[in-house]
Amino acid sequence: MTLPMLAVETNDLTKDYAIGFWRKRPRRALDHLNLQVEMDETFGLLGPNGAGKSTTLKLLFRLIFPTSGSARILGHELGDLAAHARLGFLPENPSFYDHLSAREFLEYAAQLFGIDSTTTRRRTTELLERVKLADTGDLPIRKFSKGMVQRLGIAQALINDPELIFLDEPMSGLDPIGRHEMRDLILELRKQGKTIFFSTHILSDAEMLCDRVGILNRGKLLGSGELRQILRMEVSAIEMVVESPSATALEKLASCAQSLTRTGGRVRLEFGSEYDTNRLLELALSCGVRIVSLNPVKSSLEDYFMAQVGAATEQRAPEKDRVQTR
Amino acid sequence: MIHRISSIARHTFKQSVRDKVLYNLIVFAFLLIAASILFGKISVDIQRIILVNLGLTAIAIFGLLIAIFIGISLVWREIDRRTLYNILSKPVARWEFVLGKYLGLLLTLLVNTAIMAAGFYLALFYQDRRFQAQDVASLEAIYFILLELALMVGVALFFSCISSLTLSAVFTFCVFIIGNLLADIRWFGSETHSALVSAITTFLYYLLPNFSLFNVIGSAAHGAPVAGYLLVSRSLYALLYAAILVSASILIFEERELQ
Amino acid sequence: MRLEDALSRPRQLPRGLLWAALVIALMAQAALRWTTGSMQTGSAAATTPLYISSGKLLRDLSLGYDGLLADIYWTRTVQYFGRERLSGHPRFDQLGPLLRITTTLDPHLIIAYRFGAIFLAEKPPGGAGRPAEALQLLRRGIVANPQYWRLWQDLGFIYYWDLHDYRAAARVFRAGSERPGAEIWMKTLAAAVAAKGGELRTSQVLWAQIYRATEDETVRKSALAHLEALEAAQELQELDKALAFYEKQTGHPASSFKDLVAAGLLRRMPRDPSGTPYMVAPDGKASLGPGSTIDLRLVH
Repeated sequence: MTLPMLAVETNDLTKDYAIGFWRKRPRRALDHLNLQVEMDETFGLLGPNGAGKSTTLKLLFRLIFPTSGSARILGHELGDLAAHARLGFLPENPSFYDHLSAREFLEYAAQLFGIDSTTTRRRTTELLERVKLADTGDLPIRKFSKGMVQRLGIAQALINDPELIFLDEPMSGLDPIGRHEMRDLILELRKQGKTIFFSTHILSDAEMLCDRVGILNRGKLLGSGELRQILRMEVSAIEMVVESPSATALEKLASCAQSLTRTGGRVRLEFGSEYDTNRLLELALSCGVRIVSLNPVKSSLEDYFMAQVGAATEQRAPEKDRVQTR
Repeated sequence: MIHRISSIARHTFKQSVRDKVLYNLIVFAFLLIAASILFGKISVDIQRIILVNLGLTAIAIFGLLIAIFIGISLVWREIDRRTLYNILSKPVARWEFVLGKYLGLLLTLLVNTAIMAAGFYLALFYQDRRFQAQDVASLEAIYFILLELALMVGVALFFSCISSLTLSAVFTFCVFIIGNLLADIRWFGSETHSALVSAITTFLYYLLPNFSLFNVIGSAAHGAPVAGYLLVSRSLYALLYAAILVSASILIFEERELQ
Repeated sequence: MRLEDALSRPRQLPRGLLWAALVIALMAQAALRWTTGSMQTGSAAATTPLYISSGKLLRDLSLGYDGLLADIYWTRTVQYFGRERLSGHPRFDQLGPLLRITTTLDPHLIIAYRFGAIFLAEKPPGGAGRPAEALQLLRRGIVANPQYWRLWQDLGFIYYWDLHDYRAAARVFRAGSERPGAEIWMKTLAAAVAAKGGELRTSQVLWAQIYRATEDETVRKSALAHLEALEAAQELQELDKALAFYEKQTGHPASSFKDLVAAGLLRRMPRDPSGTPYMVAPDGKASLGPGSTIDLRLVH
């Protein structure tokens, strides 16, 4: 039995940038990255700005070259351009030729894949339709808004009907509606059985879209795994919001609560996980307050992220202090 | 391979054609050709010589301006605007990209020179209401201008791959000027009677592209045809040197990190 | 189908091969340059056409950098001159036009007038042998630089040496001597030329003047050669007189200067300014010895 092929596999992938003009010193942008992305999954590379997400994607597409380590995409070594025929790539903040229209650019992209003209015409129309650029597809790109450019970026990444799609910060620069549409588009691609590898610094996007995530900070992979695993889906607290409670009722509730915040007429109370929802509901009803909402609070990706990144940052903090006091 | 290179070349051609700079230059060149008819009217007897001199010089100079200004931005702009990410993430090898860019601008210059040459011959015809046998010499001169442009695009492309826009412009101009004065520089070197200086200038003389080899406008003005062996040897020289410049550009660009 | 596949598959270029090809191509182009370069010097270099033959037009086209362009053209002129002189069969067809362009681009480039006039006026193979063009060039120089009296001096020389028009030379020297700053010997020169034009002594005075006044090594050498030739010419005249006297006295011609020394007519064996002994030619006249570096053609 052969092992199932991995979509993306990196082995100790490391990248140093030389910084400084006269005396160049290396700055490590990516530090021994080991990632495995399986076929048919949606993988999110998560991390704050400057964590090394774009560096990883640029390395995978040979836009920059690794200092050490190696990687394989769809079983091909990085230098093997034949693999690119099966890939789609949306760069971060993509930029296109001002003088072309969206349709012309898609046609140009299709030519580079060697797609025949009938297919090109069909796919171009389809994709423009799909990213909602059908009406503006013949305008020069320089007249496009940022969101339109981003959507064209998605369209060109799909022109070859790729198996594996890389999206670098696909939501950046989009308004709420645009983000929603992009999310739907990614979910749709996922439904079609595409493997998706995307990077983001927005946790909620990853939470909503990904099967697995990898968390990257300062060039290092802090952890990776299935979201359920990472989050363990534990209820950490229960949150209750009540509308203008009487003083006695509030006193009674507050005696059990961990914390209390007032906003206008509303009061938000947080209870420890020793209470379950039913008991709290009974308690509230017995006090005669009007309940606005009652939610079990799960530990979120954000919590996980903050815990991981925070720990990594704290570890470095004393070091930094030392340097500063000297 | 070939379809990708030709796609990139066609796209580059389209890009240049939609560049407004190009039209400004062409219009200016036509104005100059028209002006040379006027110049010719003022001076006695040598109208045709002045027309050929000025007209061909205009074609050469404006071709060179286009070659330099579009040439230096060929690769640089794609890197700077990050449009290159969209291209190189597709199954396009870097050398295919560079070669396609080079051929695309060459195509632009070919079309551009052809248009200006047509204008020039129109002016020639206007002068005497007929063509003369010696006008063929001008065609040879235009061919030599094209050879020179092929080299110039190569030089611009080369610098475009290694440095910023301004520096590329400076370097390309320098190479053009030095390439026109190579013989003088070598002579200077031998005049200094310093073995070192003389060796350096001789080295440069044989290393740098010699653009003065392609200046035949003066003899074209007098209707003197270019010797056959010169046509062959200089075509060969231009082809060889353009190949050198393009492969050097490729070698540099292959290593280049696109951050 | 397979070939098409192989062709359409994007490939990285083998880098080593490309480097090797690059080096080979660089050498090949140098070799090509070298071979076509040597082909060129045979015929083409002499007739290398001038791009634009009107200096005025060039000045307009130079967009204000006419000074620099003038310097480039001057360098070109000197180079052209040198190349022609070494080519064995110099033609100097373009010397005049090149100088005209140079001085149109920069009318105050004195050196171009002064040396240009010498290049133009000197007899072949040393120069173009076109004194009329040299006069024209100098006159243009004088119009553009009226305060510069040495151009008058040069003009006078050309009248004197190349055209043998001593009256015009004297007139020019006198006019030049009246320029502000002109040195006093210009007047002497004018007087000497007017009084004894065509005599070797006068020529000697002229060249001695140049020899003293110049700072340029080439001109100094040329002046020295002229002075030596003049001296030799005068000595030869004297020696001829001595030979004639000997023949009259003894009734037979001298076979060598030894006879004259023996007869006490000469104190020692005569040598020319380059140190080579003079000899008696078969026709019985005094002449330069074999291997003498004196060039008597410089005297007229």
